[in-house]
Amino acid sequence: MSRRGVLVASSALVLACLLGLWQAIIWINHLPAYILPGPGAVVQVIIARYPSLLDSLWITTREAAGGLIASVAVGLCVAMVFSQWRWLRQTLYPYTILLQTVPIVAIAPLIILWIGGGIFAVTVVTFIICLAPIIANTTQGLISVDENLVQLFMMQKASPAQVLFKLRLPNALPNFFTGLRIAAGISVIGGITGELFAGSARVGEGGLGYAMIYANNQMETSYLFALVLAATVLGFSFFFLVMFLEWLALHNWHESSRPQLAE
Amino acid sequence: MVTEPAPTIPEIALAGVGKRFRSGTLALEDISLSVERGEFVTFLGPSGCGKSTLLKLIAGLSPATSGQVQVNGMTPENAREMMSFIFQDATLLPWRTVEKNVGLGPELDHAARAVRQERVAKMLELVGLSNVARSYPRQLSGGMKMRVSIARALVSKPRILLMDEPFAALDEMTRDRLNEELLRLHDEQKWTVLFVTHSVAEAVFLSTRIVILAPHPGRVAHELDVHLAWPRNAETRESLAFEELVAHATHLLHGVLKS
Repeated sequence: MSRRGVLVASSALVLACLLGLWQAIIWINHLPAYILPGPGAVVQVIIARYPSLLDSLWITTREAAGGLIASVAVGLCVAMVFSQWRWLRQTLYPYTILLQTVPIVAIAPLIILWIGGGIFAVTVVTFIICLAPIIANTTQGLISVDENLVQLFMMQKASPAQVLFKLRLPNALPNFFTGLRIAAGISVIGGITGELFAGSARVGEGGLGYAMIYANNQMETSYLFALVLAATVLGFSFFFLVMFLEWLALHNWHESSRPQLAE
Repeated sequence: MVTEPAPTIPEIALAGVGKRFRSGTLALEDISLSVERGEFVTFLGPSGCGKSTLLKLIAGLSPATSGQVQVNGMTPENAREMMSFIFQDATLLPWRTVEKNVGLGPELDHAARAVRQERVAKMLELVGLSNVARSYPRQLSGGMKMRVSIARALVSKPRILLMDEPFAALDEMTRDRLNEELLRLHDEQKWTVLFVTHSVAEAVFLSTRIVILAPHPGRVAHELDVHLAWPRNAETRESLAFEELVAHATHLLHGVLKS
């Protein structure tokens, strides 16, 4: 069997063991489904309720992706401005750290207070928590350019715009993707936790986080498991999408993007 | 090339040039030097003698704190268009292919694509890299990267080449071969070259004149004309005259170190 085949087989074996252990715990302790449903019960509830599950998943996807994309757009602009003026960077940088350290549970109620609950509010919460890693990493990449390369551009009489777009931005790409990977991970968490505070009961506006609270209150534990599974799938999809984009942008020239995919 | 009639304005003129860093360290003191068009002048000296700093002053990348630097009668900043700088490491843009790296200067000058491609192709042929035009720098050896760097410097048709220990990181065989290639190109294109190195043999092989610098602060200790026959090649390195000059320059360099 090929190395890849062994890897797939051993992963599948681990999964089977975990599922078996899970079912065994239920049988041994005689647990009712509202405390801990078995894998079979979770699969059943997914089949029975997949339309509403997909609706919730789609709403959270929109919130997470919307917040992430907005944070990339705004974060890149802020980082570019920071890279041009050292004094501005030094004055404002502490505030981006602040952005990173303020807990989401503190921001979410304020957001609801100001703009009301719903999808837009959750998107804003996601945007806020995704912003800091994008700004911090991209700025780092924009300013840490080899001094000789800057002098090379000076010798060619390059304009400041040329230095920014042809030297600093490409140089910052690996750092930007590091930031994006972090932000993509927390965007899903942001979307779900945002909904715990700002989620809406209106039809077609309840994402995974809101549905989790509802399922929990109704003791629909099987469905809660299905929601957690959906959230995990969403997180994985974001992660692999970003990995793919990173590979697309860097694999030709950057060392770091190669071994990761080989492993 | 040295037999050209001397123009009234020297190609490069330094008059009492000094450089004090912001930290207070005096890097260069009272350097006066005149270089004629087509000369190949090498700055030789121990580390800390300010060779690289001197080159950057002439390039206009860092201002002199005393004295005057003139390039073709102009300030270095105004003369930048006629100069190309080659750095110690190849300083290629890793995200660009070889041909895009070589075409950087014309691209920044907004040269038309067709003109750019033609000039880049010609340069790559000149340095023998046409077959790797689409490769990325990380796929190249150190010697090939340096050739790309030289092609990039030559693509803008400079009158003056400033080279800051360009071959220091290469193995000796590669370095010898690139030295010969450099002289061949120099013979064809007749640029004025200011070359920084700490290798005595390299300095003797390449130069029409060697300027030996003393450290702390950097200043001119000796000037040495090199009258070896042209064209210079592997045989030159085996000649008695070459060995004598290397021995003489080494002796002078040691004297500088002791003082």
